[in-house]
Formats: sequence, C-alpha cells, structure tokens
Amino acid sequence: MSDFDSNDGVNRRKVLECMTWVGTGVLWTISGGVPHSLGIMGEAMAADAKGLTFLQISDSHMGFDKPANPNAKGTLEEAVGKIIALPQKPAFMIHTGDITHLSKVSEFDDADRIISQSKLDVHYVPGEHDFLDPDQKLYRDRYGRGTKGAGWYSFDANGVHFIGLVNVVDLKAGGLGNLGNEQLEWLEADVKDRSASTPIVVFAHIPLWTVYPEWGWGTQDGAQALTYLKKFGSVTVLNGHIHQVMQKVEGNVTFHTARSTAFPQPAPGAAPSPGPMKVEDDKLRTMLGTASITFKQNEKQLAIIDTPLKS
Amino acid sequence: MLRSAISAALIGAAVGSVLAGGVLLARAQTPAAAAAGVGIDNFTFNPQTVTVKAGTTVTWTNKDDIPHGIAATNNAFKRSQALDTDDSFSFTFTTPGTYQYFCYIHPHMTGTIVVEAATGSNTTP
Repeated sequence: MSDFDSNDGVNRRKVLECMTWVGTGVLWTISGGVPHSLGIMGEAMAADAKGLTFLQISDSHMGFDKPANPNAKGTLEEAVGKIIALPQKPAFMIHTGDITHLSKVSEFDDADRIISQSKLDVHYVPGEHDFLDPDQKLYRDRYGRGTKGAGWYSFDANGVHFIGLVNVVDLKAGGLGNLGNEQLEWLEADVKDRSASTPIVVFAHIPLWTVYPEWGWGTQDGAQALTYLKKFGSVTVLNGHIHQVMQKVEGNVTFHTARSTAFPQPAPGAAPSPGPMKVEDDKLRTMLGTASITFKQNEKQLAIIDTPLKS
Repeated sequence: MLRSAISAALIGAAVGSVLAGGVLLARAQTPAAAAAGVGIDNFTFNPQTVTVKAGTTVTWTNKDDIPHGIAATNNAFKRSQALDTDDSFSFTFTTPGTYQYFCYIHPHMTGTIVVEAATGSNTTP
C-alpha cells in the first residue's frame, strides 16, 4: 500500500495506517479520513441513520459441508433471517463472492433460493469458487447480465457511485488476486468524469489491499486501481475472501472486509495456512455474519456495522 | 475418478500437443510403468518439486478442506478440474523437461515436476 499512499498529492491528509481488528458490533464512523468508534451496536442502532443503508453479505460457500461448518446452508438461512428481521429495510444488498463452494448448479440454486427470501436487490461480484465449473459460465449466465468482461460493472444509488470489480479470474502463478488491464482501463474511464465529491464504493471478492501476501490475501494490481480513485473525497472498499472483519484507513480510503456466513478462517499467520477453521460449536456463530453500511447525506460520513450471527 | 482422470489425461494430450506444437506426446494408453504422488496439504504441494522419469504418471491428491486446481504455467499440460477434498488428478509426463505449475484457485501455491529422460543418466538436471 505504501507505494500508492506515498504521493497522493494535495488531498493527502495525515495518513492513518492502522490495521484494526474490529470488535463485535462496533460502529465505525469515518469523517475526514479519521475513524471514530462510536460504541457498541446498541448505541449505533439508536443513532439516526438517514441516507443510504445497504448490506454486505459474503462467502456463502453453498455446498461446503466440512467439519468447520457442516451446515453452511443453515447459517446462510440464519443470516438472511436476520436481514429479514431488520427494523429498517436496507436499500439493497451486495454479495462479495464465493456464493458457492464448487460452482455447481445446485449450489447456485440454493444460494438464489435462500438469498432471494430477503426480497432485496442483490448486486453480485464473483469469488474464485464461483468460476470452478469447466466452462466458467454458470456465474456469468446468472449474474453477468449487463456486465463487462468476467462480470464487472458500476451503478449509482442515492448519489453514491458503486463499482463491482472481478479479481478472481486469470490468476497468475505465484501471484495474488488480479484485475487485469482491460478492467483497469474500464475503471479509469468509468470514474474519469465524475465529480470528486461523489462518494465511491468499490466492492470485489479478494481484498484490494495487501492483507497477507503469504496466503495470497491481496490483489497484485489493486494499487493501480486505487490511483484512479485518488481525487475522490470518500472511497470505501468492501471485500470478502478472508472470512473475518478487518479494517484499514489510508487517507480518504477505507478498506473493510466482511465475515463469511459459512466458516471462519484463521487470522493472518496464526495457522500454517488459510482455509476453514474449526472452532468450538458455540463459538462458530460469533465468527459468521454480515455487514451493514450507511451513508449520511452531505456529511461524507460512512458507518459500517458488522453483525455476527450470535454475539 | 479413474475414468475422469484418464479422460483428463487424454484431453490433456490432445490439447497439449496442439498448444505445444506436438512437443508434448502424452498417451494415456502407454502402460504406466511408474507413478509418483503429490499431496496437497495446508495450501502446499508436497513435495514441492518432484523428479520423475519420462512416462511417469503423477497424481495430485487434495487433502485440504478447500478445493484446489492444478494448472501448468504457460499451459504446458492440461489443467485439472477443481479438486474437492480427497479428489485426485493424474497426468502422464512423457517428454523430458521442467514443468512449473500452480493452483489456479490459490495462485501463491506453486510446484515443479522435473521429467528426466527414461534411459541414461539419472543425475538431476
């Protein structure tokens, strides 16, 4: 990351370089690039949340049945049940990939059946587990309408510009996540003529910043993508893939990863490798969950609340 | 599993010879004189480098709780289907050379197959 924060020009604020383990249900408010923790979820929910609120769900891994969670379908159902029960209906949902575990038709069917119960529009980006069918076409057949390349696109909601990127195809030996030149050029053109005051939300499966390269947790050309977003006063990058909450703020960019609804993974370096982590049964649901993101109009403020299935 | 492995090897031979201009001459019908195994544990190919004689069938077996996939750097041999837990993929290497490969799902995982001529010197290149 330091290779892109070292020269970000006049907009550069005091760089806050922190990698924070966000506790359960803590609300983060970002104002002028400085994060404030406003307390635990109860207080956060009481706060006025006018503006745009949307949800992030990630890493459903339909079809996963290993010891780390033999019932990934059940925990996705629980997560969707909590979404249905929310007192305020979110505007829509984003899914940051690994909808399925092995890209089987039945797995995509299960995901659609369960997630559609939320009755929310869902904007998807794929994970590497969604391109494992031999022809790599099931994901695009279902979710690729109106998208470019392997499935990237942008849309606007309440004055916020959303950009869904694909960094899980054409991966290179020894490398990390990969956006590729075609997508980078599209991104540059997509944001070029937009006002710097437009809040930007970028979402993709693998973290766009380098979380832990030893485990492949990063995107090799992610920094290049971020150079196109430097002029914007508020950029939020939402990812999945690592199955745990992690947040980092650099200048005007907030990076955040969401929990999975299927299984936890170890903290970087805390185990010999990444992969499904078996925890005690009563602890599992504290490590699975979803995130809710709120923009307050005219305040350049963003709040992310991570909600586990069980606190 | 066996059938899909054989058909994968056949397809691999066909695709391989097209892509590599006939350099790769894998034939699944060749009596498998030798076999070698590569385990996939904790996101690592084990052993990371395997040296075999030409004609050896190499079989990768996934021991992780997450799928992996085998792909040759530069498409030197046919990539595997996604390997779920305990799934295997086999390929018969008939042409001497050094074959680099990686996991196309987790590309930080890399390995090497060194194929030596079937007869003659048994020194490692």
